[in-house]
Amino acid sequence: MITIITNKILGKDSTSSKRADGRASDELRPFKIEAGVLERADGSAYLELGGNKVMVAVYGPRELHIRRLMQPDRAVLRCRYNMAPFSVDDRKRPGPDRRSVEISKITSEALMPAVFLEKFPRSTIDVFIEVLEAEGGTRCAGITAASVALADAGVPMRDLVVACAAGKSEGEVVLDLSEAEDKDGEADVPVAIMPRTGEVTLLQSDGNLTPEEFEKTLNLAIEGCMKLSEAQKEAIIKRYGD
Amino acid sequence: MIFIEDKQMVIPGDVLADKEYQSGRGTFKEDDKICSSLVGLVAIRDKKISVIPLQSKYIPKRGDVVIGEITDIRFSMWNLNINSPYSGILPASDVFGKEKRDLNKAFNVGDVLFLRVVDVDEVKKVKLGLKGRGLGKFRDGILIYITPTKVPRLIGKKGSMINMIKDETKCEVVVGQNGVVWVKGDPSMERVAEKVINMIEEQAHTSGLTDRVRNMLFELLGKEIPEKEEKPEETQEATDEEEENGEDLIQ
Repeated sequence: MITIITNKILGKDSTSSKRADGRASDELRPFKIEAGVLERADGSAYLELGGNKVMVAVYGPRELHIRRLMQPDRAVLRCRYNMAPFSVDDRKRPGPDRRSVEISKITSEALMPAVFLEKFPRSTIDVFIEVLEAEGGTRCAGITAASVALADAGVPMRDLVVACAAGKSEGEVVLDLSEAEDKDGEADVPVAIMPRTGEVTLLQSDGNLTPEEFEKTLNLAIEGCMKLSEAQKEAIIKRYGD
Repeated sequence: MIFIEDKQMVIPGDVLADKEYQSGRGTFKEDDKICSSLVGLVAIRDKKISVIPLQSKYIPKRGDVVIGEITDIRFSMWNLNINSPYSGILPASDVFGKEKRDLNKAFNVGDVLFLRVVDVDEVKKVKLGLKGRGLGKFRDGILIYITPTKVPRLIGKKGSMINMIKDETKCEVVVGQNGVVWVKGDPSMERVAEKVINMIEEQAHTSGLTDRVRNMLFELLGKEIPEKEEKPEETQEATDEEEENGEDLIQ
């Protein structure tokens, strides 16, 4: 027998949600963050958000040998976002593509305002984000995990950057879009913030939104960021026990 | 107003106190608030708040004694890896004086040296020197890498921790301020020392470490654990004002 999943079966308030996975419009997918998962990296983190599995390694500050990249007054923050070939349903051709080059760039720009780069002139901090499984919202998952890994590496920072997406799917403004909602939805707005001050370090918007909807989406994304931020803090504290 | 206690663990972005306190190492000021910039333990001294990091990289400072490994030989200097974001240079003149000789004959790539940081300039060029008591080349032995901020913990109050390891394992142990530890002795004893040092690194932020290290040493050496002493010496963080003196550590 085919059971049609309704909100009643999931025990959710049937009026609050039309979403495929039964979430409320302001509900995140289940998540988990762990710090210090890699032995040989200076800092590392592992994050699961719904069907996303992301692993981040941080190396540095370390010596930079490429002279043309070197900055005389600060460190450079290099990010590499990479999706494993097996991370999506259809095998992804390995190696960097237009999308991952863009995400690498915006990740480093989202993290840079938080890091005290000026403390380590002429050096580099390398962040490697590996997406092991993808299900929508990997750039945000990558940024959230990367700042945990940076903190784990002992890199001095102003705050832990946290990222979360919101958007519009089936006419409704929703938090943390899943892959299906992203593909068939009307808009996707990934946002990264520094939660203490509320500064926005990343804001992208893909799709169509009215100004009112945009404002609502942005506020919803920031709300999601705040929830994830708590988990980030817990993950770092848990790394060192008690 | 202060929002945290002494020795509490904090993470980057945590607000520690407001403007009546001074901002020390590992903290920064923002809008009259003092915030932590690191994952570490808070240390409050008078009105000064600092954060002692649990993980860090060595930033060279003039006067430090460090252990470095030669990575390259250039025309008139050696390049050394000093376990830091910045590599060090040892000028040939420091070893030979005025006289010109073949650099290969003195030190080769892979040699491990005990050096003093002579100068660090504004672009972080690190000049090293070999002038001083006990400085020079190490023969044999093993290297252990720890986080530089945990060096004071490894040494302990007036060298209590390090001397215990030396006495029990009969090894020579030299600690560089860059977090490199050189151990030489009987190969099996070197292994014991390595295990103990790694344990100290892992548990550096906990208290009562000296007792646990002693127990671990005795266990690894198969000795009887003596009756618990009257006073648990140094149960608090030794990370406090431990000024380690490199020269004292050379045998």
